[in-house]
Amino acid sequence: MRMTPFVELLNIRRHHGHPVVPDPRRANVAEAFRGRPRLAAGNCDGCGRCLAVCPSGAITTAPLRIDLGRCVFCGDCQAVCPAGAIVFTNAHRLATTRRADLILDGSTPPEADSPVTPLEPALRRLFGRSLKLRQVSAGGCNGCEWELNASGNVNFDIGRYGIEFVASPRHADGVVITGPVSANMAAALEDTLRAVPAPRLVIAAGSCAISGGVFAASPALDRMFFERHPVDLFIPGCPPHPLTVIDGIVRLLGR
Amino acid sequence: METPSWTVTRNQVPVERAAIPRMSPGALGEEIATRCQGGQRLAALFGVPENERLVLHAILADDGDGTLRTSSAECSPGETYPSITPAVPAAHILERELWEQHGLRPEGHPWLKPVRYAHDRRDRGQVIENYPFFRMAGEEVHEVAVGPVHAGVIEPGHFRFMCTGEQVHHLEIQLGYQHRGVERLLEGLAGPPHPGRNRLAESIAGDTVVGHGLAYAGVMEALLGLEVPERALFIREIALELERIGIHLGDLAAIGNDVAYLTGNAVFGALRTKVINTSLDACGSRFGRGWVQTGGVRGDLDGKQRSEIITRLTSVLEDASRMAETFFSTPSVLSRLEKTGQVPRPAAEAMGLLGLAARASGVPRDVRASHPTGGYARFPRPALTLAGGDVYARAELRSLEIRQSVELIRERLENFPDGATRRPPGGAPGPNRLAVSLVEGWRGEILHAALTGPGGEVIRYRIQDPSLWNWFGLALAVRRNGISDFPLCNKSFNLSYCGNDL
Repeated sequence: MRMTPFVELLNIRRHHGHPVVPDPRRANVAEAFRGRPRLAAGNCDGCGRCLAVCPSGAITTAPLRIDLGRCVFCGDCQAVCPAGAIVFTNAHRLATTRRADLILDGSTPPEADSPVTPLEPALRRLFGRSLKLRQVSAGGCNGCEWELNASGNVNFDIGRYGIEFVASPRHADGVVITGPVSANMAAALEDTLRAVPAPRLVIAAGSCAISGGVFAASPALDRMFFERHPVDLFIPGCPPHPLTVIDGIVRLLGR
Repeated sequence: METPSWTVTRNQVPVERAAIPRMSPGALGEEIATRCQGGQRLAALFGVPENERLVLHAILADDGDGTLRTSSAECSPGETYPSITPAVPAAHILERELWEQHGLRPEGHPWLKPVRYAHDRRDRGQVIENYPFFRMAGEEVHEVAVGPVHAGVIEPGHFRFMCTGEQVHHLEIQLGYQHRGVERLLEGLAGPPHPGRNRLAESIAGDTVVGHGLAYAGVMEALLGLEVPERALFIREIALELERIGIHLGDLAAIGNDVAYLTGNAVFGALRTKVINTSLDACGSRFGRGWVQTGGVRGDLDGKQRSEIITRLTSVLEDASRMAETFFSTPSVLSRLEKTGQVPRPAAEAMGLLGLAARASGVPRDVRASHPTGGYARFPRPALTLAGGDVYARAELRSLEIRQSVELIRERLENFPDGATRRPPGGAPGPNRLAVSLVEGWRGEILHAALTGPGGEVIRYRIQDPSLWNWFGLALAVRRNGISDFPLCNKSFNLSYCGNDL
């Protein structure tokens, strides 16, 4: 029987149900997801096959280390490693407040949360229950942008924490940068940050923003921005999963 | 009989560079104009620096018989030649690029302006801050400038609207902010192809990971003479169609949002999550990253995974169809979508629009139908078209294509071949060759072309996303529309900034 549009709409609503992730801080990503790798540095004999395939120079050997700020989580290293020294796990809590903490040496278990130092109490009082962010894509390929948008969709609903992406930098408490910072976008990125009233946060999302990613060697970039402005939160991924984004920002807010 | 002005080839079939005819730029322009008037299409035109000279390479596509034709012309950088654009308007963007990159000046080009301000452009004095905007004068005329940083979480670009009152007379779109120099990063390597370059190709446009990933793999496999196992081809096509379904659902959600129909936004958005999580389960990434490898794919799809994909997609299709039926019969939605942002068929055809945007204006451009490879050749299907050319047609076509893509995936899973999922590349690309790879991404035709030198090294890598043409389609669509309908028109095209800027 054909319903009136209104009744059909109610039926669709009922069928849609509640697809929201109930508690993103406890949720896990699907088993197949490539998150933090488990390193068995002892198994590594330094054959260098991983170095030869890594698209972003994220790996060093002797001793084996992976820089999650460069890693694009493609898994090509795992596929060529004869010793099983690199195995990607689905651990997605990857954000850190210190750049150096993104470099894994295998000493911390992959399931442990990455180290995030919460903001100091004064900033937590300001931002803890309402954080408005202005996103700037500076050469971002639209992968990180899709995932940041997905962080606010009906599944992940970052808005429940009072975190929201806003249109004007004047209304924002910080910027989220995606992309390796193309030279053509460098001035607009700088202008946008300056338009955000202090105190303000700088968040780098995705391998490109953190390190240049697969574009690091390109002469078309201008990454001077990061010489001038310290980063408050690094969110690794290519692109970062929405749960990685939410987990990192929520822990930065000390919640 | 074929005239000797062109070498005939096909999608992903390499040609010897020595066999490519060479003429003057003027003669090449005339050849292109004649053939385009005869129904062929200018698929690519780009420069290859050779010593101190510049060699133009043109690629024509015959969508009727699936052939590609290639020819070339030798000139000096900075030379002047008669513009092709007056006879073949779709050439406008390619000639602009040749002028910007190499200083080659097309005499009589009506709109000679920079395309992307590449780092290696010829005239570094042309800077992105000084783009020469079209100006209108008059008491009622006003301009609205938007960008490069936009109101949403999207890529940067600058839009300059010239309006009288609320009505847009012209929109000028200025891009280049996303330029990362991808083409240069894919050049210059001798020996076996580096897997890192597959990953780089996946980042040309991160919403078209599989589309650009396949175009890159297709070019390299053609140069390597590598035959990909059929099972791998089918998995690739499943990946490509999953990408299409996921983005189309995301776009329908966004269109719902732009017309304040929030049920559509929520329902289509949640369905998209299910589709991209299907890709995640199959390959470890919601965007299909790391799935396509030169010579095949990573991993396999076992029987359990295959039946899970069918089950999920069947349920997604059922829910999406139900939502679409209600969405497209709600008067408040229709009043926003119908007759908004119309691109008439002749304009779409002349300006060289590609893919979904062309098909929504009645132009049947679909590489899967016209230049098929793999399963698309084994199970042929005509291109889906609609006549309206408006936001409604572009939205409705997405809904129809979701259904078609689910059927394409089902067809491959029901006829799933045995065998390997990869044949790893053994050697290096063949020397002195040209290969062209066309892939129908969710936006439309993606073209990658590569030329190798005497040692098999890639001396020129060429990338064209359909956005290169379709941005001008968006500019045409908003003419004589209210400026407040711009976001809706923009969303109905959903073009790539990165794909243009490279």
